[in-house]
Amino acid sequence: MKTETGSSYRTYLVIWLLLLGLTAVTVAVYRLHLGNAGAAAALAIASLKAGLILLYFMNLRQEGRFLQGIFLIPVLLIGILIGFTFLDVWYR
Amino acid sequence: MSMTMAEQRTMSQPKDDTGSRIGMWLFLFTEILLFGGLFLLYAVFRSQNSGEFHKAAGDLNRTAGAVNTVVLLTSSLAMALAIAAIRLGKKQASVIFQGITILLGLAFLVIKYYEWSVKIGHGIYPGSPALLALAHGEILFYGLYFVMTGLHGLHVIIGLGILCFMLSSTTRGKISSSDFIRLENSGLYWHFVDTIWVYLFPLFYLVT
Repeated sequence: MKTETGSSYRTYLVIWLLLLGLTAVTVAVYRLHLGNAGAAAALAIASLKAGLILLYFMNLRQEGRFLQGIFLIPVLLIGILIGFTFLDVWYR
Repeated sequence: MSMTMAEQRTMSQPKDDTGSRIGMWLFLFTEILLFGGLFLLYAVFRSQNSGEFHKAAGDLNRTAGAVNTVVLLTSSLAMALAIAAIRLGKKQASVIFQGITILLGLAFLVIKYYEWSVKIGHGIYPGSPALLALAHGEILFYGLYFVMTGLHGLHVIIGLGILCFMLSSTTRGKISSSDFIRLENSGLYWHFVDTIWVYLFPLFYLVT
C-alpha cells in the first residue's frame, strides 16, 4: 500500500505566514496584560498554531482515520492527567 | 545462491511508507507524554505561585524568545519545502532547503546559548546560591525553565544530528523521489520539536 501525503510549496508558505501572524497576535495579547484571560488566550493561540503544524506541516489531515484516531490517545491522556491533578490541587 | 539475508528481505518485502510513518507517530506519542509530565508540573506550580511566576518571567528576554519562535517556525517551513522538493525529484532544491533547516536550527541554539549564558552570568542556574535566595515560586519557575528548555534544546541537537545525516544521504542519492520516507520521518520529528516550542514560548516568556 502506498499513500502519498504532502502539500504544495504555496500551501506551506501560507501556513508559515499564518503561524508568524499568530505569533504576533500572542505577543500583542500579552501586552494587554489580561491576567488569567491572557493565559487562556495564549494557550488557545498556541494550540491553534500546533494544530496548523500537525495538520499541514506534518500532514496529519491526509493520514488515514486510524492514525488520526490514535493521535487523540496521548492528547486525551495529557488532558486527564492535568485535569484530574487539578481536581486534587483545587479541592483537597 | 550467494544472496544474503538482507538482500532476500528487501526483495520479498515491499516498502510500506504508511507503516513507517505510523511507527514514527507512535514514537512521537511517547515524546508528547514525556513533555506532558513537565507541562503538568508547570501547570500546578504556576497555579500555586502565579505572582512569582509573573515576576520571574519578567526577567526573561522576550525578544530572544520571540526571535527564536520565528527562527524555529521558519526552519519548519524549510523542512516541509525540502520534502516537497524531493517528492518532485528536485534534489538540488531539497539539499538547499535541508541546509537552511539545519542553519536555522543552529541559530536557535546560539540564541538559546546566549540566553542561558546571561542567566548563568547573573548567578541564576539550578541549585545556585543566587537562585535559592529568591522566592519559592521563582525557584520553581527557573527550575522548570532550565529543565524544559534544556530538554527541548537536547531535542533540537538530536534533530540537527538526524538532519545532517539526511542531508548527506540526499547528496549521495540514498534519499530520492522514489524513496524519501526517512526524510519525511525526520521532518515529523523536527516539526514535533517546533510544536513543543510553540507552547514553551508563551508559557515561559509571556506570563501575565
